[in-house]
Amino acid sequence: MKSARVPVPLLVPAVLGLVFLILPLVGLLARTPWATLFDRLGDPGVVTALRLSLLTSTLATVLCLVLGVPLAWLLARVTFPGRRLVRALITVPLVLPPVVGGIALLLALGRRGLVGQWLDATFGITLPFTTAAVVIAESFVALPFLVIAVEGALRGADSRYEEAAATLGSKRWTTFTHVTLPLVAPGIAAGAVLCWARALGEFGATITFAGNYPGVTQTMPLAVYQTMESGDLEGAVVLSLILLVVSVAILAGLRDRWLTAP
Amino acid sequence: MADSPVTLLDARLVVRRGEFRLDIGLRIEPGETVALLGPNGAGKTTALRALAGLAPLQDGHLVLDGRDISELPPEERPIGVVFQDYLLFPHLSARDNVAFGPRRHGMDRRSAHAVADRWLERVGLAEHGRRKPRNLSGGQAQRVALARALAVDPVLLLLDEPLAALDARTRLETRGELRRHLAAHPGATLLVTHDPLDALVLADRLVIVEEGRVVQEGDAATITARPRTDYVARLVGLNLYRGRGDGHSVAIADGLALTSTDTVEGDAFVAFPPSAVALHPHRPEGSPRNTWAAVLADVQRHGDNLRVRLDGPISVAADITPAAAAQLHLEPGRELWVAVKAAETRAYRA
Amino acid sequence: MRFAVAAGLTAGMALAGCGGGKAGEPMASGSAVTGTITVFAAASLTESFTTIGRRFEVAHPGTTVTFNFAGSSALATQINEGAPADVFAAASPKNMQAVTDAGTPATFVKNQLVIVVAKGNPKGVAGLAGLTRPDLKVALCAEAVPCGAAARTAIEASGVKVTPVTLEQDVKAALSKVKLGEVDAALVYRTDAKASAADVDAVEFPESAKAINDYPIVVLKTAKNPAGARAFVDYVLSSEAATVLTGAGFQAP
Repeated sequence: MKSARVPVPLLVPAVLGLVFLILPLVGLLARTPWATLFDRLGDPGVVTALRLSLLTSTLATVLCLVLGVPLAWLLARVTFPGRRLVRALITVPLVLPPVVGGIALLLALGRRGLVGQWLDATFGITLPFTTAAVVIAESFVALPFLVIAVEGALRGADSRYEEAAATLGSKRWTTFTHVTLPLVAPGIAAGAVLCWARALGEFGATITFAGNYPGVTQTMPLAVYQTMESGDLEGAVVLSLILLVVSVAILAGLRDRWLTAP
Repeated sequence: MADSPVTLLDARLVVRRGEFRLDIGLRIEPGETVALLGPNGAGKTTALRALAGLAPLQDGHLVLDGRDISELPPEERPIGVVFQDYLLFPHLSARDNVAFGPRRHGMDRRSAHAVADRWLERVGLAEHGRRKPRNLSGGQAQRVALARALAVDPVLLLLDEPLAALDARTRLETRGELRRHLAAHPGATLLVTHDPLDALVLADRLVIVEEGRVVQEGDAATITARPRTDYVARLVGLNLYRGRGDGHSVAIADGLALTSTDTVEGDAFVAFPPSAVALHPHRPEGSPRNTWAAVLADVQRHGDNLRVRLDGPISVAADITPAAAAQLHLEPGRELWVAVKAAETRAYRA
Repeated sequence: MRFAVAAGLTAGMALAGCGGGKAGEPMASGSAVTGTITVFAAASLTESFTTIGRRFEVAHPGTTVTFNFAGSSALATQINEGAPADVFAAASPKNMQAVTDAGTPATFVKNQLVIVVAKGNPKGVAGLAGLTRPDLKVALCAEAVPCGAAARTAIEASGVKVTPVTLEQDVKAALSKVKLGEVDAALVYRTDAKASAADVDAVEFPESAKAINDYPIVVLKTAKNPAGARAFVDYVLSSEAATVLTGAGFQAP
């Protein structure tokens, strides 16, 4: 880049913004008990929570892909009455505090919830306090990220390729799988990464809807919180650091492959 | 040709889009290539989309090979399309692009690839099957697009400005090759273009569309000799006027009549090429016919000559040599005398 | 004695410019304390302290009592990390000890665990042993918070093995899971059960006597409003407050 003069009114807030984002991470590193770090890493509680976090956020991403890509396609390619309303509804979990999302999930899928009641009575399935509930809570908050990213990719993709496929005898479903999906694959990948990152960091909806029990529903963010609560600040810092390192490592790994900005 | 007993495509296409209304009739016979020629916004591409099923017909009919296909979705129409910028699937190799259609028509992978290889060979790209579209040159991509459209054995082949995306040199080569493939295609072919040269070289018959309507139709010789609208006249490089014929004379403006060797009565067109126009600094002696005073509007280079536009009782284009121009002191606003040779002036019924 | 200390400190406060009461109000108006008093209190004190705070404000015009109710361990961590608290009331001495800047705490009430179940006790829970049934979903507090520690003590004392489905971050969260019907039973304080008597039933169990929580309260050394804090703690220890607390189901220390 050429060393053009950057106007001060832009430079100062920009630098402040950067410091604002980086300072807390520096704080975390500054308080890290490096001496005992490796002992704590091997702690079975840490391993359990980390494994559960990686498992649930990956499953949540898969669920979001299965539900979110068709939903994004519908929004991007089909004109139907109330489409704007549907799009607005999809973005609600983005602005909703996750705890509220958790309560809403309880009222819908909990043992006494609208659907949960029926699930319990008919199949004997109760979702709260299960690993499935963690996946559901994470999917609930992460799905909008995926839908918005994929819808954007679909809108950006040239729909005339789909017309070309139709003139070659391709039915809509085949066109979707053989033409549309490959065309928007980078957008889907970006959406999935965002979705996964959001699911990994999920706290409020999870603790409210899925509860907190080690090995079943206690993901890393919950473990961090509980460790902090119990006064073990050092432990909380170690757990936070692990979560930070794992997420940054995975995002950086994917970034080279999928998320290279144009 | 119009009386031929077999008509493969018989269509009247009526499509409304906002203020715009397309309403054209089209008939194409087996093996025939028809060019739909017209200025931008005339409705050519809309007509092509309606035929392919990508735009709904509001009225009219669409019969292909004796079957009404107007209600069929695009994927069920026996139609192949070469799109303007080809729309080769970027994630598939050239071979898979060509095999895409046969696969969708139920062919297994191996047979579809065999079909694709055969077509790639026919368009001279047997060696390039593995390449992705981004690694193909413009001309190669055009040929892959043609192979892809033909690989489904379409009854009707549609081409939307097939050469517009190519540079001048490639266009020349590809045009000749495309002509060969279109001649070999047993079905009907409709070519949409705004380039008269493409139309003249590639098509057996021209259908000229302006503002959603067919304004003229016929073979190349008829249309170039006897244009019926300003657009067509400009396309073929003629001065064209409409007036009333009375024997050898056609009255076209206040007190101005042009004399031709042809004879015509009543509503008539009169046309002559810019090269038939001579310019004089003073009223020419001798032949008083087909001369009038005009004012120079603008001069442009045109090949080795200069094309001069003149205003006056009628607006006219004249081609003169640089030597002649040097003697005339051409500058806008200058008054000149125009003389048109009667022997090069065509007059015909409107 | 109390007034003398308070007056001296209030003067200092006024110098520091953080008096929250009506400016220029003469101190001789009967209330020697002013300003905002920030109280960090265990979640189980929510209802009774809210009432006490309101009455304190009436008795001491010019004061505002603000509360932060949460699990005692969370509060202790927050205080250690520098949260601006004047008074800390914990649900167990252990959490009080965790606070490095606590003064000398005084125990103001005791609390005891009960089993809360849905109204009418549909699952017929009778005692701690009943919680071992596999068809029963049980919520406990996390061990870091006093109700969790007490639950553990009680369960160990009873010799039964209770496997909860969740470890909640404070007693109110455990209670709300019963209210929502997501769990069939939870171990919470008698006071919490009483506060929610409209929604849940309480089942007493003998082992709870082995896990009685002492509630300590203290003026923090880091208090910004030590006079107000002192006054509030004194009020909590007064007989007026005791009426409120015992009414809520607490036992006198």
